[in-house]
Amino acid sequence: MVREKETTLYIGPQHPGITGNMMVKLKVQGDTVVSAATHVGYLHRAFEKLIERRNWIQAFTLLCRFCVPEPDPMELTYARAVEELDNREVPERAKYIRVIVMELARMQSFMLWYAGQSGSAGLYLTPQWSVGDRNYILDLFEDLTGGRIYHMYIWPGGVRRDLPEGWTDKTLRTMDYIEKRLDEYNKILFDNTIFQKRAQGVGIVPKDKAIEWGVVGPVLRGTGIKSDVRIDEPYEVYDKIDFDVPTQEGGDIWARALVRKEEVRQSIRIIRQAIADMPGGAYYNKVSNPMKWTVPAGQAWAKTESVRGEIGFHVTSDGGNKPYRVHVKGAAYTHGVTVLEKILPGQNIADVSFILNSLGVCPPEIER
Amino acid sequence: MSFIDLKGMLQPLGAVKQLFKKPHTIQYPYETNKASDNYRGLHFNDLDQCIGCGNCSTICQNDAIDMISLDNIDGKKGDSGLRPRIDNGRCCWCALCVDVCPTGSLNLTKDYIFVTDNPNDFLLTPGLDNPDAKDRLSYTCDMNTSLSLYDRVPMRELDGKERVKSFAEVVLGYSEEEARAEADRCISCGLCTEACPENMHIPEYINAIARGNDDDALRIIYDNNPLPEMCGKVCTRVCEDVCALQVRGEAVAIRWLKRYATETAPTVEMIKEIVDPKIEEPNGFSVGIVGAGPAGLTAAYYLALKGYDVTIYEAQAHAGGMIMYGIPKYRFPLESIDKQIQYMESIGVKIKYNTKVGKDITFDEIYTNNDAVFVGIGLQNPWNIGIKNEDSPGVISAIEYLKIINSDETYDVGKKVAVIGGGNVAIDGARVSARFGADVTILYRRRVEDMPADWEEIEGAEHEGINIVPQAIPTRIIKDEKTGKVIGIEYLKAKMVAEDGGRPRPVAIEGSETIYECDTVIGAIGQQADFDWLPENYKEDLIIERGKIQVNDLRQTGVTKIFAGGDSVKYGNSDAISAIADGFNAVKGIDKLLLK
Repeated sequence: MVREKETTLYIGPQHPGITGNMMVKLKVQGDTVVSAATHVGYLHRAFEKLIERRNWIQAFTLLCRFCVPEPDPMELTYARAVEELDNREVPERAKYIRVIVMELARMQSFMLWYAGQSGSAGLYLTPQWSVGDRNYILDLFEDLTGGRIYHMYIWPGGVRRDLPEGWTDKTLRTMDYIEKRLDEYNKILFDNTIFQKRAQGVGIVPKDKAIEWGVVGPVLRGTGIKSDVRIDEPYEVYDKIDFDVPTQEGGDIWARALVRKEEVRQSIRIIRQAIADMPGGAYYNKVSNPMKWTVPAGQAWAKTESVRGEIGFHVTSDGGNKPYRVHVKGAAYTHGVTVLEKILPGQNIADVSFILNSLGVCPPEIER
Repeated sequence: MSFIDLKGMLQPLGAVKQLFKKPHTIQYPYETNKASDNYRGLHFNDLDQCIGCGNCSTICQNDAIDMISLDNIDGKKGDSGLRPRIDNGRCCWCALCVDVCPTGSLNLTKDYIFVTDNPNDFLLTPGLDNPDAKDRLSYTCDMNTSLSLYDRVPMRELDGKERVKSFAEVVLGYSEEEARAEADRCISCGLCTEACPENMHIPEYINAIARGNDDDALRIIYDNNPLPEMCGKVCTRVCEDVCALQVRGEAVAIRWLKRYATETAPTVEMIKEIVDPKIEEPNGFSVGIVGAGPAGLTAAYYLALKGYDVTIYEAQAHAGGMIMYGIPKYRFPLESIDKQIQYMESIGVKIKYNTKVGKDITFDEIYTNNDAVFVGIGLQNPWNIGIKNEDSPGVISAIEYLKIINSDETYDVGKKVAVIGGGNVAIDGARVSARFGADVTILYRRRVEDMPADWEEIEGAEHEGINIVPQAIPTRIIKDEKTGKVIGIEYLKAKMVAEDGGRPRPVAIEGSETIYECDTVIGAIGQQADFDWLPENYKEDLIIERGKIQVNDLRQTGVTKIFAGGDSVKYGNSDAISAIADGFNAVKGIDKLLLK
């Protein structure tokens, strides 16, 4: 066999099959990746630094920008960390609303993942469907929060507005619709031989390395390890809600896709329960003037399960009216840098974007 | 080559049937998207409702909001005259500006799309540039969803029945926790500072209290008010009338917060230690001050700090002027006055008591021996009610009555008292009479809502069982033919008539004569200054018009060396805080005159 010449290729930085700018520098021989290196720095906006210059409420409007496809977990995680520092009680109703918002966020993010995953496999019908259906969820967000993508809805102390009239009914109707559509998605994607052939055995994250590499979320569950913050360390009212955490063996793209596919059904289950069980009462614990609000000095670490896995906020307060430091740890950092560089060698060039998509990488989260 | 699953290849083709379904997308222009009732689109501002507090601009984390002045909007008390202008190139539609708008004037609309070929159009002055957007409001903020805290921390008071038994202070003051909570409500817009005659640094000291720095608060207060204890208890607080929060809710209790700050330093030594006044080296100039009221005391304090040799000449045995003799002790106790005066004296202010100018010392002597003179004599002489039998025994002016009571002397008001007037002095006269067990009725020409008295005073009077008869015009006092003593007062009922859209005026209803039987009639319809002590040659040069000395903005009179302030000059309202402002400004004037 003739040894082919090694060539350097650049995937990105313009949206390399994912949301946000990032570049993967590949060394290839023929069609095969020899080594990969992730390069970031194309959309660094110094979010963490900017937060230090804003007061506790102002800061919350920046958080959604950490990850466009799923801004809500950022808001929730920050809110929970600040609530812990400030000893703020959150009304029970707000906790239920937060759970619904989190699951809707998971669903709309799934729709976007679905579009990207199938699109990067060359299947272009599914993106048309899923992005269209995602808009029905965005409609719900618009009714609830006033914004479609950036909601700026969950803030320390509760949520910003109560549920509008008729919103729960509309949500339940949308859930019924999406549930039906999921069967149709199965037909065009999961039962599709092309997709199966592309996904099976590709981009394997080995089970024995997953924990060591810091893999989280659906990628970790795709290796057969059952790990979910909602179950392991329940927050808000997840401990009162009955749902399953799906796992798959194999650690390849196919396993991750099956995990995600099942997760959306669980989200629908959670939303239905939360709507049924939701109590009345206050939705926001208003105790302080946002202009003067100071948070007692200390440090807090809060984590939640986003659609890409565990994200955590380390918030430090010096007792002032602004955060002293906010450090964000999302799934993208490990998945987009460590894991990607380790699993790409030996793969086909055509699979690079495909693998990137399955890992759930969100570049703004790497460059906070 | 692995086996190809035929079903898996063909099944996706079933999607063809979707062709016959209604698409997700909107068939523009046949269909348009309808924004939700909560949508966060472009801004709209109700320009009349907006007071230009600038809270939106402060909260905007993108610096997208500038406060600008508009041609057709002028600033006035309680309105900065500025309005927000949004840079839509910077706005992120987080709508925090809406959630913190205390008046609720700023809202977002359903406007989805904004197209322009002019980059300057990105600067939107909401309300001015898009008046029609008013009909498309979506994201709005009511008092429940607002981030502003509209409810005032209630002040603890003695019970109405309890307090008429003595002259114990009615208001009990905020606890530390209550003060912090109340201070926290302030949005630091500064409209209060503009409205305050003395321009006190209100947001700054409230911030200090909110942060728990009571010492800082006291220092900030003493920066331009040497009588904060008095202001903290009896100020007319125009600041609270213009508070941004009072448009929809309750104003921040600025007065009670100042009171709280002063209560953290209960002794003269503590005030001195905390405020740590810097007294400059003597500069060789001396200033004589006539009258130890709020104006004179303020001038004296800041002059003394600047190294002047200051002497106040006071006719009475106590300093304080009207706050000593005109304000009842349940509002402002003697200890509080004494503490403030002692603090003044401790920094070098000299007060000569029982020294009436024109009798115990001539004005010429003061004028010649000092480099400058400040006149703060107040309004001592009450106006007559102007009705029949006013000179009968049993008729007294509120000012005289309060002076007698505050001097620890006695005056028997009998069982039933009628008070004429609707200002703070009238209420004071009524509430003092109630403390001597009298059944008190206030007769006022206009409606209760027209009464110039502080609403809390009116409320206090009502709680103490005082009866207020509005729209009552006194016509004559009825006296006993034999003894000549007052036995009642006759008044006409009035209806309110607004002429040419002006302020409604009371017009007597003919034949509605009503008699109220009483033992005492207390008149409180205003006071005037007494200039008898002033030599004639000065009177002419001072320029006294309508009973008030004319001064410039540095409170300088027609005579270069003479400055004047307080109720007897034309500046400001007739209240203590205006007097303090006069004293404070006169110091600048004297500085300018003598130090150049």
